[in-house]
Amino acid sequence: MMKNMKLDRVTLPERMFDICNYIFMGVIVTIMLYPFLNVLAISLNDSTDTVRGGIYAWPREFTLNNYAVIMQYDTLITGFMNSVLRTVIGTVLGLIACSMVAYTLSRQDFQAKKFVSIAIVLTMFFSGGLIPTYMLMRDLELINTFAVYIFPLLISAWNVIIIRSFMDNLPVALQESAKIDGANDFTIYWKIILPICKPVLATIALFIAVMQWNMWFDTYIYNSTNESLTTLQYELMKILESTSTSAGAGMDSVRGTADQTNRVSPESVRMAITIVTMVPILIVYPFLQKYFVKGMTLGAVK
Amino acid sequence: MEIGKKKAQPNLWVPDNKKNFWKTMKNQKILYLMSIPFVVWIFVFNYLPVWGWTMAFQDFRPGRSITEQEWVGFKHFITLFQDPHFYLVLRNTLVMSLMLLIVGFTIPIIFAVSLNELKDSLFKRSVQTISYLPHFVSWVVVAGIVTKMLSTDGGIINDLLVSLNIIESPIQFMAQGHWFWVILTGADIWKEMGWNSIIFLAAMAGVDPQLYEAARVDGANRWRRIWHITLPGIRPTIMVILILSIGNMISIGFERQLLLGNSLVREYSEVLELYALNYGIGMGNYSYGTALGIFNSMVSIILLLLANGFFKRMSNTSVM
Repeated sequence: MMKNMKLDRVTLPERMFDICNYIFMGVIVTIMLYPFLNVLAISLNDSTDTVRGGIYAWPREFTLNNYAVIMQYDTLITGFMNSVLRTVIGTVLGLIACSMVAYTLSRQDFQAKKFVSIAIVLTMFFSGGLIPTYMLMRDLELINTFAVYIFPLLISAWNVIIIRSFMDNLPVALQESAKIDGANDFTIYWKIILPICKPVLATIALFIAVMQWNMWFDTYIYNSTNESLTTLQYELMKILESTSTSAGAGMDSVRGTADQTNRVSPESVRMAITIVTMVPILIVYPFLQKYFVKGMTLGAVK
Repeated sequence: MEIGKKKAQPNLWVPDNKKNFWKTMKNQKILYLMSIPFVVWIFVFNYLPVWGWTMAFQDFRPGRSITEQEWVGFKHFITLFQDPHFYLVLRNTLVMSLMLLIVGFTIPIIFAVSLNELKDSLFKRSVQTISYLPHFVSWVVVAGIVTKMLSTDGGIINDLLVSLNIIESPIQFMAQGHWFWVILTGADIWKEMGWNSIIFLAAMAGVDPQLYEAARVDGANRWRRIWHITLPGIRPTIMVILILSIGNMISIGFERQLLLGNSLVREYSEVLELYALNYGIGMGNYSYGTALGIFNSMVSIILLLLANGFFKRMSNTSVM
């Protein structure tokens, strides 16, 4: 690169290109960030003042009151607890399940490798569809249980493939010496493979955690009648729905679930809830960026 | 002893399954224990529902057992094809699929190309990180944000348009059906553009830098370098992603439509799966809803096979 410096003598069209490109990127960054800033500003603004309108990127009358208000919503607290629980349990179990299967698939000598591999990959193309799945959950008596948040989402073909392709690239010698020392297959997986798979496991953990945290549909369809099993996303959905529908539309038949307290919650409070549902994931992802970028590419190449 | 083989795959324990199937199985019992329970798991949660497709050929009543159900053959499919609402829903599905495919496929490439042209690496990395941000946010939040941005009181879009004198009074975007497709596509691109560009950026990083230098010496300008080096360099990636997107085209899901839509724009927002949900589970017409689901899956598989076959012939790229 260095010896080409004199080639870098920037011509006018080249510089124009760069300037336009920077402007373009600036616009994109603004479009990406503004909505979040706006939501944050409104959530930090006094709720009666918000009604006057005109809050854009920063609050006019700063207050943390809205966050204090949402602490009093019982269903939100329950929802938050359930969301945290399902995210933690779902991620831990999902990681163990996916990595265990992935390890057996990375073992070239495993007899049933082909069979297991096909069984898992086919799920990417096949799905029973909404209603049969619903009926199955009903028959398994998983409706109105916490388990419905964990069980159906335990293994994802995509995640297994990503972990496996990482394991495929590990040096064989690692396992060989352990095998000679008499370690069994599970010990090798647990003590040797898992620790060196940290980068890919971090990626998958992020994927599963994001999916679990953001999921609202299973609450909506399976657990909507049981208030103690509600999740944060579902509560937010009800609150946002109730205002958007009452603003112009009238309730949809299937969606008529919002209760009275939700209906009257002012905009600032709604935005505070939105912030609460976003923040946990948004704090984590920048630190895992270099891992998940690698993970994404690995999975795509396969 | 097999040093030469090592570079290929971790083929450590020379498979002796040719010798004795049962003996190997016994030796590998722990591997079996580590995988077979999960295969059973997958069978229950992923393949068993496919059995539920039989419901589409019955007059399914939830109270009865499987043997007591009444078989009606293709009755529900015939009703389906005679149902005018089905064609409306099918139109919505196809239009939105196509819009999402075209926009959701080209914009990330354009974004990745522009990002790739940035030299300043700190700025570049910041833009990247920020562009991933909406991907991590749920559709519930995105729907809330979109509604807020487009609202008539205090929504930035309306405020901007009015203050720039493009329109005279605020538009009720969320309440007018013909805006729905645009809003949905826009929301989707806002959420996934950065994320979907990751793959293309990674592919671009793999393009040989010497090619750029050679082109530069030959006097090729930026556009020509992009057109003749960057884009051909990521062509295989583009192909694979295109085939996968076409395969997923019709299974666009219903989450976005359910959250962004409301009863005022239903004529434009309702897609096949949403119809199956509303009419099937919401109103108890399980058989009809299942028939809708099957139709959806069939179209999806056919599209995937067609796309795969087409591109295989065109360029020897295949995902299957």
